[in-house]
Amino acid sequence: MWAWMLHRITGIGVLLFLIVHIVDISLLGFGPTVYNEGIALFGTTVVRIVSLALIGALLYHAFNGIRIMLVDFVPMAVRYQRILFWTVMILTIVCFLPMAYFVIAPIFGVNAGNTASGV
Amino acid sequence: MRISTGYGSRPVSGGFETFTWYFMRISAIGLVFLAIIHLILNHVTTDVACTSYQLVAIRYANPYWRVYDWLLLTLALLHGMNGLRVVIDDYVQSTAWRIRLVSLLAFLTLALFMVGTVTLITFQPVAGSLGPHCLK
Repeated sequence: MWAWMLHRITGIGVLLFLIVHIVDISLLGFGPTVYNEGIALFGTTVVRIVSLALIGALLYHAFNGIRIMLVDFVPMAVRYQRILFWTVMILTIVCFLPMAYFVIAPIFGVNAGNTASGV
Repeated sequence: MRISTGYGSRPVSGGFETFTWYFMRISAIGLVFLAIIHLILNHVTTDVACTSYQLVAIRYANPYWRVYDWLLLTLALLHGMNGLRVVIDDYVQSTAWRIRLVSLLAFLTLALFMVGTVTLITFQPVAGSLGPHCLK
């Protein structure tokens, strides 16, 4: 029940971001100044914190989606429901923490070692 | 249309709902890789403040990046919009409103797909003015 509710909420959240993201990428057609002004917003403290929610939502939705497919297609997976759900939660947190560090570090002026890494 | 919760056994009735049931799972397998790699590339290995016009110009010189982004756009948009359609089917009880909302969703999907596709295909960097590497 909670896994299902969270799957819906995170799914709608990621979809909302996708809509914003398609629009902000369309600014590419207006040249470097306009595009960079739009993208600079993502580097602000507020949007960095909001994007933590995006990262958490996407990771949960991805791992829980794999769990759903296992339950759908692997007959014996139903017997491991509890373990599978907690595996999803642990994987989400374990993947979220290092990613969150890289997103948050620049707020505090900490160079996480990636800032200038071009392509 | 049969209301699909996305859970439980496969729908056996055939038709559109069975098709979308499989589509959600097949697109999901692609999206797990496409979306998570995309997230790592633009928030971890490169800070989001460096995903500038210049970086796009460098990446999009290689057409495979455009193919990658187009696949991500298409799968994510269809997967997400179909998910929202199922949510609308579940919670909106008035048939008239369900039809209005799902129609609006179909229109929005098509419009966003076109905006995204046109942006990906037509992008040509303005030579000599790529702007800064990272944004402050």
